[in-house]
Amino acid sequence: MNSGGSGFSLRRLRALNKKEFLQIVRDPSSILIAFILPVVMLFFIGYAINLDTSRVRVGLLALDGGEKAKSFISALQASPVIDLYPILSQESLLREMAQKKLRGAVVLQNDFSAKVIIGQGGAAIQVIADGGEPNTANFVQAYIMGIWQNWSLAHSQENAIKTTRPIDIHTRAWFNPSAISRNFLIPGSIAIVLTVIGAMLTSMVVAREWERGTMEALLSTPIKKLELLLSKIIPYYTLGMAAMFLCLIVATTIMDVPFRGSILILCVISTLFLGCVLGMGLLISTVTRNQFNAASATLLIGFLPAMILGGIVFEIASMPLILRFISRLFPTRYYANSLQTIFQTGFVPELIWTNAFFLIILMFFWFGITAKKTKRNLE
Amino acid sequence: MITAIEVKSLQKRFPGQSPALDQISVNIAHGSITGLVGPDGAGKTTLLRLMAGLLEPTKGYIKVLGMDPFLQCDDLRADIGYMPQKFGLYEDLSVIENLNLYADLRNVLDSERQRLFRRLLTFTDLTKFTKRYAGKLSGGMKQKLGLACTLLGTPKILLLDEPGVGVDPISRRELWRMVRELAGGGMTVLWSTSYLDEAELCDSVCLMNQGRIVADDTPQSLKSTMRGRCLHITNIQGNRRNLLKQALRAPEVIDGVIQGANVRLVTAAVGAYPDLGPVGAGPTARLVEVEPRLEDAFISLLGGSSSAESALAAVIPEVELPPDMNQDAVIEAKQLTKRFGKFTATDSVNFRVKKGEIFGLLGPNGAGKSTTFKMECGLLKPTNGQALVMGIDLKESPSKARQRLGYMAQKFSLYRQLTVEKNLAFFSGIYGLTGERQKHKIQQMLDVFSLHPYLEMPSADLPLGIKQRLALACAVMHGPELLFLDEPTSGVDPVARREFWTHINGLANKGVTVMVTTHFMDEAEYCDRIALVYRGKLIALGTPDDLKRKVITKENPNPTMEDAFIKLVREADDE
Repeated sequence: MNSGGSGFSLRRLRALNKKEFLQIVRDPSSILIAFILPVVMLFFIGYAINLDTSRVRVGLLALDGGEKAKSFISALQASPVIDLYPILSQESLLREMAQKKLRGAVVLQNDFSAKVIIGQGGAAIQVIADGGEPNTANFVQAYIMGIWQNWSLAHSQENAIKTTRPIDIHTRAWFNPSAISRNFLIPGSIAIVLTVIGAMLTSMVVAREWERGTMEALLSTPIKKLELLLSKIIPYYTLGMAAMFLCLIVATTIMDVPFRGSILILCVISTLFLGCVLGMGLLISTVTRNQFNAASATLLIGFLPAMILGGIVFEIASMPLILRFISRLFPTRYYANSLQTIFQTGFVPELIWTNAFFLIILMFFWFGITAKKTKRNLE
Repeated sequence: MITAIEVKSLQKRFPGQSPALDQISVNIAHGSITGLVGPDGAGKTTLLRLMAGLLEPTKGYIKVLGMDPFLQCDDLRADIGYMPQKFGLYEDLSVIENLNLYADLRNVLDSERQRLFRRLLTFTDLTKFTKRYAGKLSGGMKQKLGLACTLLGTPKILLLDEPGVGVDPISRRELWRMVRELAGGGMTVLWSTSYLDEAELCDSVCLMNQGRIVADDTPQSLKSTMRGRCLHITNIQGNRRNLLKQALRAPEVIDGVIQGANVRLVTAAVGAYPDLGPVGAGPTARLVEVEPRLEDAFISLLGGSSSAESALAAVIPEVELPPDMNQDAVIEAKQLTKRFGKFTATDSVNFRVKKGEIFGLLGPNGAGKSTTFKMECGLLKPTNGQALVMGIDLKESPSKARQRLGYMAQKFSLYRQLTVEKNLAFFSGIYGLTGERQKHKIQQMLDVFSLHPYLEMPSADLPLGIKQRLALACAVMHGPELLFLDEPTSGVDPVARREFWTHINGLANKGVTVMVTTHFMDEAEYCDRIALVYRGKLIALGTPDDLKRKVITKENPNPTMEDAFIKLVREADDE
């Protein structure tokens, strides 16, 4: 009576895919997650999380009005990154710092000019930074020290005193010449977008089928396990790739992030990564069978590790050893690293292929468990 | 008899639980309609899933069409049509898209598909709605579409899991007609239900309780064991609830309910009639033998219902309403109207409920009975008109009115993770009971409802009947003068339902006014009066006997409540 036979049927797969696409198109939340959320996220990460410290407000308590002090102050004022703010007393300095109006301060003692003129190296400045924000504190310290060294070099040479430093340090940022952190953050955030679509959205739609009883109905038909798995993978893979291209376009056109790599490599690496997160999402939903639990679980083992351990916002190199190790278990670091490379540097074969290798291993790992856990019955 | 499904000593146990099915043995005849009947948790769904090959038996033997449904599922799936609860439809797909999907999955192609679609769409009356999303269909239409999707591929075995749940009698009757016609073609049908009246229509029934089959026979022979044991007390003078209470004390009586103006009794043995003298039925009362029902057989098999006294009613004081209040209008609807956008869910409804009356709201799904109910207990604000409770307009002082009423929601909205004790503490707390009074009240509820053994158990893990007790306890702890019950007994076994109604009858006798919604037609007959709501309008209002009298015809001189329901709704349709 039935012509379908007992093997894998392309027709059934096509029917299931069509159903899935219709559901995606008709469900506003899928569209929201796949197309609106990525753009919002890019803008958030691109503009709200800014690791650059452009023009820090720094206080200046000058207790010396001498010639040399004035010269150093003008050197500070000339700096493009410091917004100098004169302060009259120790007390008001303390107050302004406490109120977070200042990120740091420079104090010149009243014997500053005199000591510079004597020229025995006794002249010193005091740099105070707000340790409440270590990142900014480091910047403040480094900037002011830089200015001080340049200035004192010039002045000590003038006075022919041997404080000359043997090495002249010039910082030059390669690959991201203007050191805009956005160029580094945006490619990484594409990894987060794909984690949300691949793991979160997929796990929720499968869990929804369990909750609404449609999964039970599907399982009672002559459907095959492979058809069932592919019917979830194909639509959400397509959706993930579409979102990835949307991010690429928004990043390069609206946000001016440079793209130096090849689209083909980007697709290959993205496919591998989507494989990992889709596997993770399918596994979570198969195990939880409930939308709320599926969402919580993906947040916990998908989204948060991606965000924190993926090397997107926080550099992996500066993490403690144990976290660096854990980060290797999640696919995000390999993908985020590849993205950052492809966007900023271009194609670096060793790096990309190493990442691809680890992604393939993780993909097999997640799909392996998923395939084992997915059954054609309710057991 | 050719056996289509054979089950022997079947056991199914889920990890960490007592067996869901234990020692089940049954043979299902080819081409028959078999009812799997029992309360929630009896094991109906588990048995159907085992037959569909969706679960693996823990022990025992099961063969469907001579094959093992779990191990040989590849060969069997095409021959089995299984409709799970909630029908398995994709709500964001249209009727035709759902059909196409299942046709593809069940390998129904080309001309065969067109032919089947035409037939099923005509059959289900869905031809006009092919483009409508399944989620936008009424409950009855969803049920029919679910059936149509299951029937694609013309299975030899049709397994239906509670297709009638939450669906009104009209849709249920319709579905029966469809399945009947199909089964004529040699299809073997298993139909699970918790409605015993529905099961009476099957060729044979398996009565299930707590994972076991209590009886397996034709409805006729099950009922025939009850012949001569079912009685009506008619021409009653005085309070029939008191009468029922007295009658249940008689040693001959194993079960009793109110049925309209009469009291219906089931005796332990044929001919052993109770003495009407001490029962206090009045001089005109008579005992008349009536037709047995399947429910009588079930209750008898479960050992009868023994709850004559409501321990709850014994501890609550007589309700005294303020003397200046109209005792005939404890609950009142005045031109009550609710609109959602352009849709009028309740349209100028008027009624008054007397003190101590049990008032039933009946109607098909989506007819507006829930909306009306929710406005009367202050959960929804009327668009027009007034909902009054003890003379207080719920719109003006909802919290003052709410303190007076107890509310028991559908599916017993208890806090699932909280223990029995914590649930009681919480609900008494939100109704303002504190300190010694609260402690005393909680203790009293634990005694009254025999909840002590469950004290530390989370309410999610309680058996359904105990959940129901707890929900009632939570609703009445603060001593409300009015009680609102929204489908309070759906899914609960008949013995637990009897116990529940004993409490409600007891409360009504103490002067508590009760408003109840239900899909059970026999339960409707426990009410003093019934309001039948359809398309937002009150289409009939009266005692159960009034309503039945309205639909008497020559062909049907003795209509049931269900007949009355269906006929009155149909008449409203014709207008």
